[in-house]
Formats: sequence, C-alpha cells, structure tokens
Amino acid sequence: MSGAAARGARAGRVEVDAVEVDAVEVDAVEVDAVEVVAPGPLTTVQDLGRPGAFRWGVGVAGAADRRSLTLANRLVGNPPDHAALEVLLGGLVLRARTDLVLAVTGAATPVDVDGAPAGWCSVLVLPAGSTLRLGTATTGLRAYVAVRGGVAVPPVLGSRSRDTLAGLGPEPLAAGDVLPVGPAPAQLPRLRTAPVAAPTAGAVDLRVRLGPRADRFTDPGALFTGAWTVTAQCDRVGARLTRPAGQPPLERSTTAELPPEGVVLGALQVPPSGEPVLFGPDHPVTGGYPVVGVVRDADADLAAQVRPGQSLRFHPVVGA
Amino acid sequence: MLGVSAARLLPAGDRAWLLEPADPARLAAFARELERDAPAGVEDVLPAARTALVTLRPGADRDEVAREVLRRWEALPQRAAADQTGDGDVVTVPVRYDGEDLDEVAGLLGVSPGEVVARHTGATWTCAFVGFAPGFGYLRSPGARLAVPRRAHPRTAVPAGAVALADGFSAVYPRRSPGGWRLIGTTALTLWDASADPPALLRPGTRVRFAQVAG
Repeated sequence: MSGAAARGARAGRVEVDAVEVDAVEVDAVEVDAVEVVAPGPLTTVQDLGRPGAFRWGVGVAGAADRRSLTLANRLVGNPPDHAALEVLLGGLVLRARTDLVLAVTGAATPVDVDGAPAGWCSVLVLPAGSTLRLGTATTGLRAYVAVRGGVAVPPVLGSRSRDTLAGLGPEPLAAGDVLPVGPAPAQLPRLRTAPVAAPTAGAVDLRVRLGPRADRFTDPGALFTGAWTVTAQCDRVGARLTRPAGQPPLERSTTAELPPEGVVLGALQVPPSGEPVLFGPDHPVTGGYPVVGVVRDADADLAAQVRPGQSLRFHPVVGA
Repeated sequence: MLGVSAARLLPAGDRAWLLEPADPARLAAFARELERDAPAGVEDVLPAARTALVTLRPGADRDEVAREVLRRWEALPQRAAADQTGDGDVVTVPVRYDGEDLDEVAGLLGVSPGEVVARHTGATWTCAFVGFAPGFGYLRSPGARLAVPRRAHPRTAVPAGAVALADGFSAVYPRRSPGGWRLIGTTALTLWDASADPPALLRPGTRVRFAQVAG
C-alpha cells in the first residue's frame, strides 16, 4: 500500500477543531511526513532522554524544558515521552508531506501556517503541502514542536534525544531533511489550547539545594545574595553565569581539584573563577570542579528558558 | 577509626545522592550490585573515582532511598574489592606500543620504554568507572607503577584507539576527541559503537589485559 493511499482516505476534514482531528489520522505506519525547509539556529530531536545508561558513560540528555515537551505531546494526544523538536530561538520552517496535527509550546514564539497566524500552545492542523513557520521567540529560549505520532527517527540506546556533548542520537536538523512520523496514538487531543503563561523576560527565581560540595566554599550562602546573569556561553551543556557589576563571585575555600565525580542536571559547578556553570541536559556525566548546589529538578525547566543577559536569583531549599 | 563500610551521603539536588565511602575500592562492585537489583526509586548509579552518584526516579522518596543505599553499601560483601569485581568478563586489548609520549613516560618514570610496556602488559586492570566520554573507562591497577601526570597542554585531537596513561589510570580513547592523557600506544579494537549491544566494551568492573602486538 502506498503512503498516499495509507493516509489519504480519511483526510477529508481539516477544521481546527481538537475533537475532529481523527479526520486526519494516518494508519499505523511510519511515514516520511515532515520536510525541514529551514532549521533555524539549532533544532534537535528530543524526548525525555536516556536515563539508565551511566554504565556506558552516557548521560540523560533529553528536552531541556521537559514540562513544555510533555505539554506539546499532551496537546496532540501523544504519550509524554514521544520525541519532538526542540527549537532554539525559533526560525524553524516545516512543510507537511501529509496531513499533520502539531503543537508549539515553550518559548513564546509567533507561529503561522501558510502565512496565517496560528496559536502558541494550541492544537494545529497542517494540511499536506502547507508550511509551518516559527518566527523569533519573544521570550524564552526553546520552543517545542510536537507532531501527533511523534518524530520517529531511529532511537539510539533507547532514546531519540540528541546529546550535543556526547554526539549521540540524531544529528541536528538541516534543510532538506525529511522526518518520519510514527503511528497516531489511540488518545485523541482533548484540549484545543493550553492556558499556560509565556516564559518571563525578567529575573527568574530558582530554588537550590546546597551540596554536595558546599563545604569547599568560604560562604556558600553567598549564592543566594544578589543576582547572577546568564552569559552568552549558554547551550544544552550548560550556562556560564556571571555577577552584575559590584557583586562578588563565590569564593572557594580550597583550590584543590576534585577527582572526577558524577554530576546532575541543574548542578552549579564552580571553577576557580568563582562564577558557576549551571548544567543543562547534555552536561558531562562527571565533573572535576566542586558543585556548590543543585537547582531543584522542577525548576530546571524554568532555567532552560533563560536567555543570555537575563538575571537569575537563587533561593535555598528549606529542609534536609 | 572508621570501618571499611563507613560512608556518608551528600545531597546532590532533590533527585540524587552522592555516596562517599571511606574506602572507594568497592564502588564498581556496588554499582553492579545496584544494577542487578535496583532499590525502589533508584534510576541509575554512576561510580567515579571516590564517589558513586545515585539518581532517583521522579517522585521517589529521597529519605527512603538514602536509607536503602546506605544499607546496601554496608551489606556489600567485604571481599567485593574492585579487582575481584564483576561477572568474570576479561577483555584483552591488543596494543601497538607506538604512542607519541612513550619515551616521555619512560623518562618520567625513570625506566626504559620497554619496561613501560612490560608493566602495562603485565598488570591486570579494572575499569573503576566510565566518564569523560561514552565508553571511556578509567582503568586502575594498584600495582602497575605507571602513575604519570597529565600533559600540561592537552591535545585538541586524540585519535580513536589511542592507549593512554594519566593520574594513575590507563584508558583507551573510544572515539576521536580532545585529550590531555599521555599516549603510549594504539589499538585497533572498537571500544564504542552506539548501535551495538552492548555499546561499550568497558563498564565499571570490567577487567582488562593489554597484549603487545607487532607494529
């Protein structure tokens, strides 16, 4: 059976009505459904990563803003861990080769379908031959584009995530790539739009649990005074932070380096300069500088939307 | 005085603990034990030089996991030292001892290059942990007498298969990458293949012998 026959029979209705998207279902086959016209500055395939691979020296990777990935999946009726596209700052242009159901979440990004404005955090129907265009994000750093059925590139070690540091998983998207989409899940979209707030352009508050190496600093609590600024050295591996003028960096009480030890998402690792690096999803699995504290797991999603130049304020997690 | 089972748990965020034992020799064995029979709520274990990172599944009870991790550490058989670890896998790595730094290593150790080769092939190595890059195993052999420091200036590119020494460890670069270790030889063995199962030849606890081949 040809792909066109597989998907053509029931594509009669493409009204943007969340409860009628069954009209554009494809059969349970993977089809080369999405053509990349332009990838923007960096677009990668991401799911919820590959936990459980430490024994091979492989980290978790996965969507930097997991909450926005799972929201996009929920909007199109996918399970939360389906692979989607993580789009840095916008600029992605996709052409549908078959009728598609999509959602764009995360960074506040203008979206249009064939030039007509379309909704952010909404269920979108993209008829075959039409073009989805993401403008430049107005706030936030990373948008997520989920397609009903999920991006079905082959998994590597159980995940379709690109790990940019380890060089694992599908290559970043390039113009001309054609992405397969998996079979539509049984679940139909239930919401037409999700009432979520756009990422802020202002200071972002993150909760931090001190440790494991807070004892290597003369005053680890100085982390919580004043603000920190995200520098231009900011990617999926981590974000280097600096102090606004007049505020001191952290001071290490010992210059002795640590033998390599495991580090986690959200760790604030402090090199001799005293200016921390906030680790993102593609952080190295081990580090040799002391980690003064770790951003709460739930807040790592907020950190993933902070742009260079934006301020961070850290707040202590109370309790053990 | 602390017993051999003494350990402390340091917080590493709300989804991980860092186990720091007084005696790190059994960390690889501990990681394998938790892989074999993971306590409820434990997602993964990453042994390193002196610690093991234990990560938690979303929603796991931190305190419950902490108690169980410490209990399991204390229950680990004392004989499970690093060089007696594992399920018996021994990997033999054929090496041409043609590394650019072989003479320099010999000089640092005050021995001949041939003696460096003899020590390297004469020892049984154990993968203490994997880090730096996928499949990059830190190999330890307490009696090897091959401890040399890293190079002052790391190379921007070390080829895949380079056999190296640094900081008391030996390693084989699984893929081309930057690196500061001292290169003593080359192997044609594939250490890393993401499409293979398993993807890496080495994992914590794997024992390794190096065998000289004609170059």
